[in-house]
Amino acid sequence: MRRAMATGWVTLLQKELMRFWKVSFQTIAAPVLTALLYLLIFSHVLESRVSVFGGQVRYTSFLVPGLVMMSVLQNSFANASSSLIQSKITGNLIFVLLPPLSPLDLYAAYVLGAMVRGLAVGIGVFAVTLLFAPDPLAMAHPLWALAFAVLGSGILGTLGVIAGIWADKFDELAAFQNFLIMPLTFLSGVFYSIHSLPPFWQGLSHFNPFFYMIDGFRYGFFGLSDVAPGRSLALVAAAAIVLAAVALLILARGWKLRH
Amino acid sequence: MNANAVEVAGVARRFGAVHALAGVDLVVAEGEFFGLLGPNGAGKTTLISILAGLVRADRGSARILGHDVVTDYRAARRALGVVPQELVFDPFFSVRETLRIQSGYFGLRDNDAWIDELLHHLDLTAKADANMRALSGGMKRRVLVGQALVHKPPVIVLDEPTAGVDVELRQSLWAFIRKLNRDGHTIILTTHYLEEAEALCGRIAMMKAGRIVALDTTQNLLSRFAGLTVRVSAARLPDDWQPRLLRREGDVHYLGLSNYAELERLLAAMREGGIAIDELALAETDLEQVFLRIMAGSETTDEAQPAVAVPEA
Repeated sequence: MRRAMATGWVTLLQKELMRFWKVSFQTIAAPVLTALLYLLIFSHVLESRVSVFGGQVRYTSFLVPGLVMMSVLQNSFANASSSLIQSKITGNLIFVLLPPLSPLDLYAAYVLGAMVRGLAVGIGVFAVTLLFAPDPLAMAHPLWALAFAVLGSGILGTLGVIAGIWADKFDELAAFQNFLIMPLTFLSGVFYSIHSLPPFWQGLSHFNPFFYMIDGFRYGFFGLSDVAPGRSLALVAAAAIVLAAVALLILARGWKLRH
Repeated sequence: MNANAVEVAGVARRFGAVHALAGVDLVVAEGEFFGLLGPNGAGKTTLISILAGLVRADRGSARILGHDVVTDYRAARRALGVVPQELVFDPFFSVRETLRIQSGYFGLRDNDAWIDELLHHLDLTAKADANMRALSGGMKRRVLVGQALVHKPPVIVLDEPTAGVDVELRQSLWAFIRKLNRDGHTIILTTHYLEEAEALCGRIAMMKAGRIVALDTTQNLLSRFAGLTVRVSAARLPDDWQPRLLRREGDVHYLGLSNYAELERLLAAMREGGIAIDELALAETDLEQVFLRIMAGSETTDEAQPAVAVPEA
């Protein structure tokens, strides 16, 4: 019986992985290309004009971890949210609702599937950008980077689950993505160090949870950060726990899924 | 196991101002082939959704083989296979992948032997590796049946399973469902094809406006309403025959009669009233006539009996 229970959510995880793998050109290759374009354009325009970490790091190198983490976050969100809304709109979510899967089973499968997609894209972006900026390969603290990548993908996968359950239509999901996820990502310091911002915007950035994910992840590469990495890790882990609790509560209540 | 296949007690559910279910009690014994009939909006699908855990009842309880569908949902869902009414599918997968994935959700890893048997009985073997998108509506419907059966559920609910399935395949589908019933599976069926319910079901519940308005063996329902239905094409009916009207389509009137003597009285009344008859036809009572009479509200069976299970011999 216990083995049977384990099989249920593992199957859902496998289904989630097969789903994006079958369209990997769109789900992995496309976001890698997008990140590469950002790198080429921004580094070309800004390399000689922007100084980061007091000139200790080249701008192009600085950009690499930012783009990797941005790709991880965006794709984790996209995987869970689009899988759920597609299943809701086509009606095939019923195949997941009829079997004896618990709220935790559903949560684990959708979020882990999202994390795998996000991390796979992140690795792809990292591999391709290294061709243009090889020095981030000499990572100062790889385990720190890994911790932030895993937590960040988990958080965005969880947000994807919540948004996918909440949204009834594709444009509602697009609104969530365009008005919440995108601004928080772009204003999190992917393309700049917040030390270059006026004090007001620096202060505001500290209320953006994505800022800590990017900053902590970048610390793993250069050993340099805007905020102490331990503090970022604690905040990011706390956010992960709170969001997981919210998502599990939603699933247990059957909100928008079981009427 | 002594538990009944399905036990529904005092189940009510509102959607806004609409009472989708207004207090339903129902017991289906193990091994029954049970029909759930009623017009659209009668509450059939809501009732099935509550059994499946897709909808929650405002009050009352539902059990599958003794397992409460809310508090013991894992055991309840493992005991239940549901063929949903909507023709849904996951466009990312082939037929075999779809059935394997569904098996996995129920905790079954090595289920290929049973999947092959299902494909055979559902006449899908040749399509096993075809993508779901490439299938016709009837084939998609059969895959849905397969998905409901991957875990060999003791209780099988089919919500309008033959809608859109052509006649030949409908026959083979019923042969397969009958075999499952003979093997001990309890079958609960909703259908719009009343002749199917009449041919297949040992016992039938008829629902109307969220309530069960008739519940009996198919035989008893048929004999209780033994009589004739007459179809008369005429501009109008004599006033005192109006209460016997079951249904009217333009100038065509359907009337329920208890015997041939009544037919004579009807014809006499029409002659006296100077009403010309354009056409007249008689039919023996079948389930459709029973259904129409019950839905017209002119007759109901004992509503007090629903808790009694009447297993088929």
